[in-house]
Amino acid sequence: MAVAVKDPPRRARVAPARVKQPARRMSRLRRDAILVALMVPALVWLLVFPYGALFGNVIAFKDYVPFLGVWQSPWVGFGHFERLLGDPRFWDAAANTVSISVLQIVFYFPAALGLALLLHSLAGATVRRWVQSVVYLPHFITWVIVVALFQQMLSGTGVLNGWLTGAGLEPVHIIGNPDAYKPLVIFQYIWKECGWGTIIFLAALYQVDDQLYEAAAMDGAGWWRRLWHVTLPAIRPVMVLLLVLKLGEILSVGFEQFYLQREAVGPEAGEVLDTFVFFTGFSGGDLGYAAAAGLFKGVVGAVLIYTANRVAHRLGEQGIYQS
Amino acid sequence: MSISNRPVWMGRPSLLTKAAKGFAVAVIVAMMVFPMWVVVATSLADTEDVVANGGYVVWPQRWSFTTYERLFSTGMVPRALAVSLGVTLVGTALSLFVTIGLAYALSRPQVFGGRPVLLMVLFTFLFPSGMIPLYLIVKGTGLINTFGALFLPGLLSAFNLIVMRGFFQSVPADLIEAARIDGAGELRVLLRIVLPLSKAVIAVIGLFYAVGYWNNFFNAILYLDDPAKYPVATLLRYFLNAGVSVNAAESEASAVVAPQSVQMAVVVLATIPILVVYPFVQRFFVKGVLTGAVKA
Repeated sequence: MAVAVKDPPRRARVAPARVKQPARRMSRLRRDAILVALMVPALVWLLVFPYGALFGNVIAFKDYVPFLGVWQSPWVGFGHFERLLGDPRFWDAAANTVSISVLQIVFYFPAALGLALLLHSLAGATVRRWVQSVVYLPHFITWVIVVALFQQMLSGTGVLNGWLTGAGLEPVHIIGNPDAYKPLVIFQYIWKECGWGTIIFLAALYQVDDQLYEAAAMDGAGWWRRLWHVTLPAIRPVMVLLLVLKLGEILSVGFEQFYLQREAVGPEAGEVLDTFVFFTGFSGGDLGYAAAAGLFKGVVGAVLIYTANRVAHRLGEQGIYQS
Repeated sequence: MSISNRPVWMGRPSLLTKAAKGFAVAVIVAMMVFPMWVVVATSLADTEDVVANGGYVVWPQRWSFTTYERLFSTGMVPRALAVSLGVTLVGTALSLFVTIGLAYALSRPQVFGGRPVLLMVLFTFLFPSGMIPLYLIVKGTGLINTFGALFLPGLLSAFNLIVMRGFFQSVPADLIEAARIDGAGELRVLLRIVLPLSKAVIAVIGLFYAVGYWNNFFNAILYLDDPAKYPVATLLRYFLNAGVSVNAAESEASAVVAPQSVQMAVVVLATIPILVVYPFVQRFFVKGVLTGAVKA
């Protein structure tokens, strides 16, 4: 989800910034004492958890021995990273991650946009509200349950195969079939998130000026031509922005969905970067090496997200970071 | 469709268009609802039904609540539900407290330390905590195998913070200035003016946090050693992972009811709280999601 951080325009300060003396700072602190106190709980949390973890990344450069702890364990420099670059399991995971991300973009965006257009075109407000209630709901269901639902429907003993064999047809092998894994996880993702994704498209659709449609209709444009010449150009900024931001997150496909289903198809087909970190670290017991993989992903991911935001700004949109 | 708000220029849709749209909507709704229905039906079916059908039931021959009675007599599932409820309530309350405090402070112009703190938050967006370093922090703070590990590591979400700050910023500055001139302190402004105007965003963000805590199964796997402390989502994961042969603690129950019914009953129990809260918060979704989000 994209967020725009909008700061109010900086007001001219009472005094030029140059003369920021300790005394002034103290007086500002006294003036804002209550606000600062309100910040303190969050600040403590930030320093302990995210920033503590940030510095905990030193473990990626160490040969972690549990009973020695992080600080006493010996340094290995970039040893873990060198090993990582030559590890086929890591590259499998990276390739799976990127291809699943790309497939998500290719199939999820048109699905969400199509559903939004369908909802937008429903004339009855009551029907639309009911349909919206239903399609938003899966977003709030945990992956544990989503995976269970899919197993119930599509597994060897599931509903679909029950129907197929009942009709005298061959059952299909979907759950646990490495070849069907990528279509399956994409379909699950669309099932869970597509409805929720329409919110942002619908908001854009409702902002399109009705007069444009009216004028186009007067000129004889039918539904398709109105879609092509009015609707799509009007929501292009939203689409471009979402696309750019999603490209920035190409290394993150979500952890839980893949953690839950990796075993069924094996690591070659089912491993993504986040599960690679978990399984190497906790099942393999190699915390330093796993942390190096996580750090590698984090750094590349940060560069990608940052770049994506710059591109979004360049396109005249609001990205996440805006000063 | 007696009351139609269709503008004249749109023309009347042909019967075929109407039929196609209706069909598409019906298929989509069915794809969402049918799997959930099968879960409910399987959890309420008789053992013989489930076994005869090979593991699922679309429409039970005989309805029975035996599965639920068994589940509540074993103690494991009620305890997991209690853990989930406790973690969700405490976690959501703390998360809202921390988020509202920081969001309000950062929404005031020229606040002391505002910029560096905002940048600190935004950086966590760019570079989320790695799983391994975060695990070491949780271990270092002594939270391993405590309920605190289920909500403290993810107490504040940068996304929620920024949405809330954006909403607070949209409260008219004149209103706040007027209150300040009348002698109200910052705390009073927050409690008496800003919060009452922000019910929608607080409801939605509270829901986001609550759903996040309720649905989280992985923190327990990572940070808890003792399965007796598992929340319901994690317990469910184990039931499903074990396949047909359910956990030993459930064996007395599954001797009488089908294991699939047990699994599906836990799915139902884990979903009900969300279904209960959902309708009340739903009308705020669009407002909450779009505040501070992409502006077209």
